Amino acid sequence: MNWKTIKYNRYLYPALYILIIVLFIAIPYITAPYTIILLSSIFMYISLTLSWTLFSGPTGYTSLATAAFFGLGLYMAGILGDSVPLIVAVICGGLISFILAFIIGAITLRLRGIYFTIFTFGLVELIKHLMLWWEINIVGVRGRFVPRADNATVFYILLAILAALLLTTYFLKSSRYGMALSSIGSNEEAAIHIGINVVNLKIITFASSAFFIGLTGTIMATRWSYIDPYIAFDPFYSFLPPLMAIFGGLGNLFGPLLGAAVFSYLQETLITRFPYSYMLIFGLIMVITILYLPNGLIGLYQTIRQRFIGGKHADTSS
Amino acid sequence: MTSIINILVNGLILGGIYALTSVGLSMQYGVARIFNIAHGEFIMVGAFITWMLYTSFGINPLLCLVVAGPVLFILGFIVHRYLFKTLKDKTPVPTAFEGNSMLLAFGILFIIQSLGIYLWGTQIKGYSFMAYSIYLGGIRFSANRMLILFFAVFLCVLFYLFLTRTRPGKAIRAAAQDPEAASLMGVDINKMLALCFALGAMMAGFAGVLLSMAYQLQTNMGLPYTIIAIIVVVLGGLGSIPGSMLGGFILGIIGSIVNTIDPGLTLAAYYLLFMILLLVRPSGILGR
Repeated sequence: MNWKTIKYNRYLYPALYILIIVLFIAIPYITAPYTIILLSSIFMYISLTLSWTLFSGPTGYTSLATAAFFGLGLYMAGILGDSVPLIVAVICGGLISFILAFIIGAITLRLRGIYFTIFTFGLVELIKHLMLWWEINIVGVRGRFVPRADNATVFYILLAILAALLLTTYFLKSSRYGMALSSIGSNEEAAIHIGINVVNLKIITFASSAFFIGLTGTIMATRWSYIDPYIAFDPFYSFLPPLMAIFGGLGNLFGPLLGAAVFSYLQETLITRFPYSYMLIFGLIMVITILYLPNGLIGLYQTIRQRFIGGKHADTSS
Repeated sequence: MTSIINILVNGLILGGIYALTSVGLSMQYGVARIFNIAHGEFIMVGAFITWMLYTSFGINPLLCLVVAGPVLFILGFIVHRYLFKTLKDKTPVPTAFEGNSMLLAFGILFIIQSLGIYLWGTQIKGYSFMAYSIYLGGIRFSANRMLILFFAVFLCVLFYLFLTRTRPGKAIRAAAQDPEAASLMGVDINKMLALCFALGAMMAGFAGVLLSMAYQLQTNMGLPYTIIAIIVVVLGGLGSIPGSMLGGFILGIIGSIVNTIDPGLTLAAYYLLFMILLLVRPSGILGR
């Protein structure tokens, strides 16, 4: 019976993945424009959440700097505009976020726990206000326009970012670096003692997660077409990724992915259906998730499954 | 010379408000380990209660201190009793509790703010109370702001005396230092934590009442005040009440100085100061 399952998995999973990829590539050809836009938004949240989880998941350092890197990406699109091909702009957006995160990481990752969190939160506000001051006093205009890209292009680039991110997360998780990262999360002192270069590892991972956030920001700017510091450096984008990750379940690779997908779908539909009570519903979901789903949707699924299968075993043993 | 005094006095007035808004947050973190992002929403509720009572019934805003304080106290108590206490029971690991309680507070922020929008709309509100000037030594001060400063200092001192001189105050400080030992000495920890959170909300309510006398109100005004309170709390040392008061006044004076140079840079200066401080001395001025 075991042998059968292995064989079954060996053919089924690759086939399933290929089917999913083909389906996603075909989507712009077969669906209505609204579906593409909705999917793009969902992909954006998934990317932000997975990027956040890449660093904060295993290490336990809760970063609230997502909005800073995301906003930097958005601004990169505004500054570069039409002067370079879109794909170059996107990569530039990723790189600038990488560089900033590298510097920030180098000076702040000595901070532990709540201090790191507060610092990253302050970073977003600092960049926002410097940007505002710069735009009002030096440029003279608040905000800027970003040349639009067509929906299908945005969709494909987001899909590519997401695929790269998933592969990175997967390989990191199964590599010795991933193990080292989670050892930082469980006990940093012990990790130092067994010879892990904790500082370098944290900085590189933090910067890589910022790279993907920056990529996502730059491509999203072409869809929004107008940005200003309040839109770009909205602390909302810092709080959503951890929330979505917890909603899905932090322990598993698919947890944050599932959490972000379900949550962002809910969010998009709530905004259009109930524009007035949207914030209230959103707040309630947040409170309920944190109080009653500590291990997220995945945890909920596992509990239900455990109960179901566990019940069967109890029957056969007795 | 007069301009220097002016900057200083403006700084003190700003500082008084900052101190009052941060004392509550500092205690909520210092004792209950809750990093309450929704702190500013309690300020907003306090301010709007005052606005409502003053514009509808003509009740003196200073009397509203007596109304808004208990209302916010009860609200804070309920929030802690039913939400944070539940979370605390489910997450025994302290660091996980700190992270999750911050996210929970973010959810509460959304709920209170959207309820505020239902009740009071999104327009900018305000009323004028004691909006005249008084002259002291040839320098002009606006009366309501001086009143705010007076009451802010008064309430902060009162709060400090409560913590240091009374039995419940001592129990709270004991709970902050060593929860386990305190509970062995007969302190009801859960009651103390709820009390402490409620007192923090009450201080926020007081700050809201005072603020509403001289500043504009809006249902989304909470978060900026929360952010400033966070800066002040870190400046003074997380969990240190005198530190928060001192930090409030320092930040107020810095704000007032930067404001005369370039108003657009005030907030940026706060964050810069805040981040440098976190790097150089994360425990704050009076932190342990």
